[in-house]
Amino acid sequence: MCSLCGILGCDDHWTNAIARPGVYSRNHDAQSRRTESARRIKAANAILSFRRVTLDVWQGRSYVVSSPTGASSVFEALSHLWPEAETLAGRDFDPLDEGLIAWMEERGRV
Amino acid sequence: MTPVILLTGFLGSGKTTLLQRLLTDPSMAGAAVLINEFGEVGLDHHLLDRIDDTVVLLKSGCICCTVRGEVADALSNLESLRTRGEIGFDRVVIETTGLADPYPVLQTLTAHPVLRSHFTNGGVLTTVDAVNARLQVEHRAEAVRQIAAADRIVLTKTDLAEPGQEAALRFRLAQLNPAAGILTTADPIEAILGGFGPAEFLRAFSEGQGGAHGCGPSCDHPEHHHPDPHHDHHHHAQPHHDETLGVTSFSLVIEGAIDWTMFGTWLTLLLHKHGERIFRVKGILALEGEDRPVAVHGVQHLVHAPTHMDHWPEGPRQSRLVFILEGLSPDLIRRSFTAFTGLSDVRAAA
Repeated sequence: MCSLCGILGCDDHWTNAIARPGVYSRNHDAQSRRTESARRIKAANAILSFRRVTLDVWQGRSYVVSSPTGASSVFEALSHLWPEAETLAGRDFDPLDEGLIAWMEERGRV
Repeated sequence: MTPVILLTGFLGSGKTTLLQRLLTDPSMAGAAVLINEFGEVGLDHHLLDRIDDTVVLLKSGCICCTVRGEVADALSNLESLRTRGEIGFDRVVIETTGLADPYPVLQTLTAHPVLRSHFTNGGVLTTVDAVNARLQVEHRAEAVRQIAAADRIVLTKTDLAEPGQEAALRFRLAQLNPAAGILTTADPIEAILGGFGPAEFLRAFSEGQGGAHGCGPSCDHPEHHHPDPHHDHHHHAQPHHDETLGVTSFSLVIEGAIDWTMFGTWLTLLLHKHGERIFRVKGILALEGEDRPVAVHGVQHLVHAPTHMDHWPEGPRQSRLVFILEGLSPDLIRRSFTAFTGLSDVRAAA
């Protein structure tokens, strides 16, 4: 269930679409799901590190974002990542923010 | 999955007239129709010849703010009647009000936990009045959103337009939504209704409507030699810009294979923060580890399930991502894309 709006079964995000004919998906089987999930967490953490927030899997089924002060928030679908992370960080994650762009450029050079 | 065609267009742009014509076509014999109206008394359904259980009038007013639940209820009801064998239909047409933003209806189809199992987005058809649209586009955000959301634009009242007016309007529409095909009501119904799928998408890019056709300064494509008095020269390197509403369309042209995971994370974050101002994003992508292209398209905060296409269109195998947006800097989006994906050869093109 969506923790934000209460709707059941809302985790069919376009980046993780349910595999069906004609649809591009990396959601074919358990292995591809695990592999892509790990890649997604890595990609998200590269951005979240800008505000010292981290993302991890929670009990194999959900996700948890944590702040350096020990605060954390558990949610079920990656589509809720950014609202949850912004609430936890107390600031937004704006991909057009010059600071975040510079942060990502720096990571790319490492 | 039953396709849902969204028929939208500004007030008086000829939606109902077009719908009447579409419903006379044999291919539409199995269509269910939902009509939304703005006002106390519903009138538009009286203009339709076929009134039966598959024509439902939505009465609660403007579709963009109040009717989302009613659209869901109406579609659920149609599905229930079909399941019980009381009616049959093979597609649905939703005619919106002239002031509607198409996004909430598309969002309803995608996000509703029951509807999304039975219905799919069958394309957005936007009627544009050839006589009055120029002013509407410059002063009414609703009109721009409807055009930006269109998979196909149907020009109406072209017989009433002044000489040159239609050509100027076509040019402006191509600026606002370079990925949409533009037809007129004189075109065959099968052309108006057919091909909202990947084939049409490929064709749009093959014909250069994806916003970057790779032609040089000597290009003589007729679309560049337009009658717009404000555009008397090539602007290949600059985004198209509507000065009144600040609406811009541009393409990112990307060399090199894209990391799908980071791309998805970036676009999700971009739409999370700026979806209200990104009317449309549509593109064809070369992904790491994939021979075939992947098409993505979205309206505001909503992105549809990506399509894995059968083949590349003719021309260079480069990724192209078209944005229609308001008040955001194309160059900033380009720099953000570059920083997040690590790809260096990315340019913003009109």
